[in-house]
Amino acid sequence: MEAYVSCLCREIAATGRSCQDYEVQTVFLGGGTPSILKKEQICRILETLRRAFPVARDAEITIEVNPGTVDADSLAAYHAAGINRLSIGVQSLQEEELRALGRIHSAGDFFRTYHAAVKSGFNNINVDLMSAIPKQTVESYQDTLRQLLAMDRPPAHISAYSLIIEEGTPFYENTPVLPDEEMDRALYKITNDILKEAGYHRYEISNYARDGFECRHNRVYWERGEYLGFGIGAASLMRETRFSNIRDLHTYMKLFSGEQSEEAARQLRQEVSHLTVQEQMEEFMFLGLRLTEGVSEKRFFKTFGQELTDVYPGIAEKLIREGLLVQEGDRLKLTEFGLDVSNRVMAEFLFE
Amino acid sequence: MTHIDQSKIRNFCIVAHIDHGKSTLADRIIEKTGLLTSREMQAQVLDNMELERERGITIKAQTVRTIYTAKDGEEYIFNLIDTPGHVDFNYEVSRSLAACDGAILVVDAAQGIEAQTLANVYLALDHDLEVFPVINKIDLPSAEPERVKEEIEDVIGLDASDAPLISAKNGIGIDEVLEAVVHKIPAPTGDVDAPLKALIFDSLYDSYKGVIIFCRIREGRVKKGTSIRMMATGATAEVVEVGYFGAGQFIPCDELCAGMVGYIMASIKNVKDTRVGDTVTDNDRPCSEPLPGYKKVNSMVYCGVYPADSSKYPDLRDALEKLQLNDASLNFEPETSIALGFGFRCGFLGLLHLEIIQERLEREYNLDLVTTAPGVIYKVHKTDGEVIELTNPSNLPDPASIEYMEEPIVSAEIMVTTEFIGSIMELCQERRGRYLGMEYIEETRALLKYELPLNEIIYDFFDALKSRSRGYASFDYEMKGYEQSDLVKLDILINKEEVDALSFIVHSDSAYERGRKMCEKLKEEIPRHLFEIPIQAAVGGKVIARETVKAMRKDVLAKCYGGDISRKKKLLEKQKEGKKRMRQIGNVEIPQKAFMSVLKLDEN
Repeated sequence: MEAYVSCLCREIAATGRSCQDYEVQTVFLGGGTPSILKKEQICRILETLRRAFPVARDAEITIEVNPGTVDADSLAAYHAAGINRLSIGVQSLQEEELRALGRIHSAGDFFRTYHAAVKSGFNNINVDLMSAIPKQTVESYQDTLRQLLAMDRPPAHISAYSLIIEEGTPFYENTPVLPDEEMDRALYKITNDILKEAGYHRYEISNYARDGFECRHNRVYWERGEYLGFGIGAASLMRETRFSNIRDLHTYMKLFSGEQSEEAARQLRQEVSHLTVQEQMEEFMFLGLRLTEGVSEKRFFKTFGQELTDVYPGIAEKLIREGLLVQEGDRLKLTEFGLDVSNRVMAEFLFE
Repeated sequence: MTHIDQSKIRNFCIVAHIDHGKSTLADRIIEKTGLLTSREMQAQVLDNMELERERGITIKAQTVRTIYTAKDGEEYIFNLIDTPGHVDFNYEVSRSLAACDGAILVVDAAQGIEAQTLANVYLALDHDLEVFPVINKIDLPSAEPERVKEEIEDVIGLDASDAPLISAKNGIGIDEVLEAVVHKIPAPTGDVDAPLKALIFDSLYDSYKGVIIFCRIREGRVKKGTSIRMMATGATAEVVEVGYFGAGQFIPCDELCAGMVGYIMASIKNVKDTRVGDTVTDNDRPCSEPLPGYKKVNSMVYCGVYPADSSKYPDLRDALEKLQLNDASLNFEPETSIALGFGFRCGFLGLLHLEIIQERLEREYNLDLVTTAPGVIYKVHKTDGEVIELTNPSNLPDPASIEYMEEPIVSAEIMVTTEFIGSIMELCQERRGRYLGMEYIEETRALLKYELPLNEIIYDFFDALKSRSRGYASFDYEMKGYEQSDLVKLDILINKEEVDALSFIVHSDSAYERGRKMCEKLKEEIPRHLFEIPIQAAVGGKVIARETVKAMRKDVLAKCYGGDISRKKKLLEKQKEGKKRMRQIGNVEIPQKAFMSVLKLDEN
């Protein structure tokens, strides 16, 4: 693990030398469970980052943790290192549901981690929830939400995902009995209702926040801002080019074990795709529509120099007629129903 | 050119039940006569269409000329004319037979006589061909050549006492067959100096050379420069080349004369000018009478054929025209469907013919097709005395104006081992068959005779027959005529809209069952939409069956962060791609394959 962290730091340092005209606005330590690293390693990574890049004073710096994997010391160290946002993947507060998901933590683990975080000074905490879990009922889900909101200092941000079985996961091979679609939608609606009442607003398909606590980092993805990913498999969008780091750990380590060469940099970046203007437009639409504020026709014009309505003639009108989109001012956004079936809507904005 | 002695020519074909080894024997004959070396032999030389080889059946009549040096030391010209082996191609078979003087009857030593054995032998005897039997596959453990010989004598009445016992596959007994061809098949006759009279038994379109006519010269001669006339179509042309058939190639020669089999090229561009069965004569010195037997073949089975991509309509027309040249029994007329757009109502000899044409259009012409349920020609007698020949169910007039309807009936013969008689009779009963009788061919096998409505056998009758007899039943039929029948038009409504391409005519007793199966099948095929879609089957406006495709309530990706974007895009693209293969009916999108899936409604 130490070796990997060293390589990661070398990658960050090497990349930083060629990106000095960027000021880093957000940092996200995540994907998997970075909290299994020693707190010193986390601090080292952040230090490397600050040395390699200019980081804005008010940058949003998030770390993902799993309940029970961090103690009060680590949390205090994270906070001291400048990490100001915490994302806790609890999924559920029902033991039976956690077992169904194959999670090793308990509800108790979550509460301990959460309170320790608050104590360490974190006031911007996200909690990941999951609906449509096997064995879940409306009652059990409501109970999870209520327990969360009844805490002393409820989280500033909640990500509420509906379980989707993806290829290559154990659930895909061996699909359990899942709540049906009606149930799934009912749970989604409950999330919306309960969180709204508790003072959260939904700003993306699966994301809810109190005012001022939307995740700045994730908004970058949906607004097509530039971002750099470090470490194996990390994705980036820079200068309208998408690429991902190599996924194989051993190759990655080999690349950063010795002197940096151009050849190594080439090998590191896989799946490089230079986006055409049409591809950029497609992304603008299907990413932007994930936000409840929708996409702005003005911004579309400013970005591409073409009117959205000329590029996609009749499409928005049709989707509005079908009750999937609404127009508000210069913005097009998904309706409640449109959110439920958003893939259908987004596919309409792909070119032939 | 050296004069060819008619007595040294043998024009013959091989007839057999499917899979009894006709094509393999043809290969051996070609191999043995030395025209090809073993190295040049591709398996089954005659079946040179890709599709034919895959399906192991002969679709087009192929022909090949070889030279055989007989035991008497003389060289003989063998013109082996391969004939299609399926009941659908009866007319092509009959024209090929008409070009021959004799036939080799191949019978499987294990299976014995089958339904098509009988049909083909009778057809050959009808054309006054000299037929001699050979018993094939004698090296099989289950071979019973003596029993099969007896069967041939008892059932067909051919002398089988000295029938060669062969294995075409392993090259056993082929010499005997070759000698038998020389001695048993008569040499052609015909006056070389009479006016030209040649039978077209096949033709082929070549994009460089135009139409190539395959013919048997009955009388007279033809060479480069002869002005020829097709007597039935009236088309005329000047001959640019004549020749005979090498294995897989055309070999030009100076002249074709009476008794010979060969080809004529005459820069004929119009594909409809050379009909199989027509007589070619010399325009400057015509013969007085055409050869007998020409008929414009009538299609028995019709269906709508549409391009999946509507912009390919002209391509489909061109492809059909080209196929028609090689296949006089294919016919087509433009039609329009509300559901499927512009396409053609095509007429076929039978379901196999339909499938073959469809596959050739897709493979050889790269077309994606949507076809509608096959139907037969119904005769609609209207109250005002008018009689309509209905090939497209959508054109059925208002029921109030219909006095009665008639449907085509076939006489069918089914050969089956006795243990399956019960289940086959049951099947025929279900298909509205009328039992005519049964004959025992031998102790364990019987020939069942039925009259069956054609529309009951064009779907999956053959499959059902095979599955209910574990593959042992064989089947042959011929058109008998029309009979009055209680028929109704079954309509399918999707989201309350009638889909014309899914309508079909059915006997009123089977309407409910078929309607229910159609709805069930369509429910599986139509993807969920954002709204609920009722699928209904209706007769005369009355709904008799219904299914519902539930509305799509959730189609969303919960997570989409930095690393998910490319994958997410691919997913959306897949969704969009799927939509392209859909047909829009009202506001419902129906996959192309839904139209086809209802063609084969399973037994259960």
